[in-house]
Amino acid sequence: MSNETRARGGLLESGLEGLQHNFLTGTLEGLVKWARSHSVMPATFGLACCAIEMMAAGGPHYDLARYGMEVFRASPRQADLMIVAGRVSQKMAPVLRQIYDQMMEPKWVISMGVCASSGGMFNNYAIVQGVDQIVPVDVYAPGCPPSPETLMHAILTLHQKIRDGQLTRRPGEGAGIVIEQLGASGPVPVSLGRS
Amino acid sequence: MTAIEENVHQTSEGAQEILPRDVVSAAQRLRELGAVLRISEAEALEAELERAPDDETMIINMGPQHPSTHGVLRLMLELQGETVLRCKPIIGYLHTGMERTGEDLTYLQGPTNVTRMDYASPLFTELAFSLTVEKLLEIEVPERAVWIRTLMTEMNRISSHLLFMATNGMDLGAVSMMLYGWREREEALRFLQEVTGLRMNHNYIRPGGVAADLPDGWRDGVLRLLDMLPDRLAEYDTLLTQQPIWRERLQGVGVITSEECLALGITGPILRSTGYAWDLRREMPYLAFDQLDFDVVVGSYGDCFDRYAIRLAEIHESMKIVRQCLEKMPKGDYRIQDKKVTPPPRARIDESMEALIHHFKIFTEGFKVPEGEAYVPIESPRGELGCYIVSDGSSTPYRMHVRAPSFVNLQSLPHLMHGSLVADAVAIISSVDPILGEVDR
Amino acid sequence: MSDGGAVENGEAQEVIAEPVVELLYDMPKTISHGQTVLHPTRENYASLLKKLHDDGYLMIVDLCGVDYLKHFDREIAPGIQAERFEVVVNLINHRERSRLRLRIQVPETDPVMPSAYDLYPGTEAMERETFDMFGIVFEGHPDLTRILMPEDWVGHPLRKDYDVGRIPVQFKAANR
Repeated sequence: MSNETRARGGLLESGLEGLQHNFLTGTLEGLVKWARSHSVMPATFGLACCAIEMMAAGGPHYDLARYGMEVFRASPRQADLMIVAGRVSQKMAPVLRQIYDQMMEPKWVISMGVCASSGGMFNNYAIVQGVDQIVPVDVYAPGCPPSPETLMHAILTLHQKIRDGQLTRRPGEGAGIVIEQLGASGPVPVSLGRS
Repeated sequence: MTAIEENVHQTSEGAQEILPRDVVSAAQRLRELGAVLRISEAEALEAELERAPDDETMIINMGPQHPSTHGVLRLMLELQGETVLRCKPIIGYLHTGMERTGEDLTYLQGPTNVTRMDYASPLFTELAFSLTVEKLLEIEVPERAVWIRTLMTEMNRISSHLLFMATNGMDLGAVSMMLYGWREREEALRFLQEVTGLRMNHNYIRPGGVAADLPDGWRDGVLRLLDMLPDRLAEYDTLLTQQPIWRERLQGVGVITSEECLALGITGPILRSTGYAWDLRREMPYLAFDQLDFDVVVGSYGDCFDRYAIRLAEIHESMKIVRQCLEKMPKGDYRIQDKKVTPPPRARIDESMEALIHHFKIFTEGFKVPEGEAYVPIESPRGELGCYIVSDGSSTPYRMHVRAPSFVNLQSLPHLMHGSLVADAVAIISSVDPILGEVDR
Repeated sequence: MSDGGAVENGEAQEVIAEPVVELLYDMPKTISHGQTVLHPTRENYASLLKKLHDDGYLMIVDLCGVDYLKHFDREIAPGIQAERFEVVVNLINHRERSRLRLRIQVPETDPVMPSAYDLYPGTEAMERETFDMFGIVFEGHPDLTRILMPEDWVGHPLRKDYDVGRIPVQFKAANR
């Protein structure tokens, strides 16, 4: 096959036959983000009914193992992702914050289910109305409980967010994602931040 | 008033935790065991002398976030080496105020609330709630509704026991059992989704009957599950029951006697593992269980292995019941046709103004239930599950209390763990099979 | 309430029917939807439990509290003084397959009650929950601390004068 007929594209598309040298090139940022998004380690934080659906997502039918995520790390020091699955009560809130603080940067949080996202159907004295009052959340997955497919969509959204976001993130600066909204005089860039 | 204030001042940060040995007297330590303590004077003296000055005991904390998948249970263990001397479970990490929420929701919205208590077998709590409301209303549901409820709750029992087998296996290290259990559970959940629309927290069993009739082709769904399960259960039998490691880890671990169970209020597979044949489906039948032929599975040693074997055999018994439901399912209404309780069929809402108003009133105001109180217990996969409702004549319950079996069964943990190893502690929690949603409500 | 026993007081013009109160274990008994309910007082509660334990009621299935602040005039056995709190105890006798319910009145100003722990250790968690949610103190309980709420929580959530604590939402019909 000659070089002309081969499709133009990156190194991976054109195949290793066209390799004239033994180097893989890419940006450092791209490589790091690729590695991070493909090896997210979730921490066990199953609280209530959503935990059962999270375990079902890890089970053989819905298979989180295809993303390399089926091993839930028990120790927060070894985990990147905290999936808050279930309702957070007043007694559990300080424990949640402590586990979040023990996780090492970079870390992400998926709020799974309506109870974790906003208090859900329990708008009363006992439940924290949204886990984003305690920890910063990256992706919200609605549902009561969200089916494993919804959770996987949330995880894939997180992967996309990791690939699109900034490599190093200082607290208060945001994830660096910029979208354009139509304002009064044309598109206005709005950057999605994180407090 | 002063008595309460004294208690409020006494309980400070950490008073729920276990206190170190030198602060606590022998009598208090023995009371912490929480079992029927028929101890002699000699044993009490021995417990006092047990406290040698060079004894090094360590108080460690397990949870509330730990890899054992039983939810947010916190255990404080006092260890001497690897032996557990004392254990105190601390709960409340999932308290949702469901009993308070239940007072603000109408009787038709009630099942959405109570179904989230025991989230591994949600149809049972819905059933207890609906039966209690029907007792207060003094109505009878039609035959077909009774049989549909029996079929669905027994399918839920199968899926709950498969969850137990999966988590029990994983806690003891048989991680492949986790995958197999979830594989079978998906099949049962697929049937439940076909009928109720949801995989979990179905809100299907409501006061007056069930929410919708069984769809066409439901028999195929049931038969598919019944054909697949026996071979798979035989696989688990070979994988686990016959295996020497499994037996060594479970036999003789966490032994309890019937007298202790009765004193502690423990029901369900734990009580039956001691040889006491008490199953509400047989002794005080409800639904259609008096017309069904099934066996009550009983153990003999009261240890963890018996509890595992009982739950495995109960899956077989539930399959027997489901097969009989298949054959005996009568035709008829799936809910009572009493205008006060049942909304009109959806098709009529397009045609008639009265049907629309009737539907509106039932779903916004709710139906009123006469004054009174009632308690109806059923046999859930964990034990006796009961619902106590006090009504004041309005459309919301005045007081709704659910007697959760896991809440009472957790009291057995200090007694079961006394004198065992830390590794056995995980096996024991797993064999008690608590669901923290109904413990904390 | 009255089971068909009218006592004539002798006068020809007026017939005053006195309600006949059925007694079981020397306390007023009522029937609620087919379930026998006894109404002991706080004083004879402990001795009643001992008698029931001897008669085969070996298990207390459930112990909970009810706050009747907003429904003070509920139906109760004649001769019993209604109070703000009630403690409801459900017992079971396996041999005779029968259940029994006890309803004990507990006043607001002195919410203290004897504990059932010595005879029925299974009430340990249930009494702690009733204390946590209602503030009813059980004398003789080994460890009466809060069980569901955090340790330093103030107030008893299931009392009728305790606010449910909902945050305001932008939904007009959510006024309950």
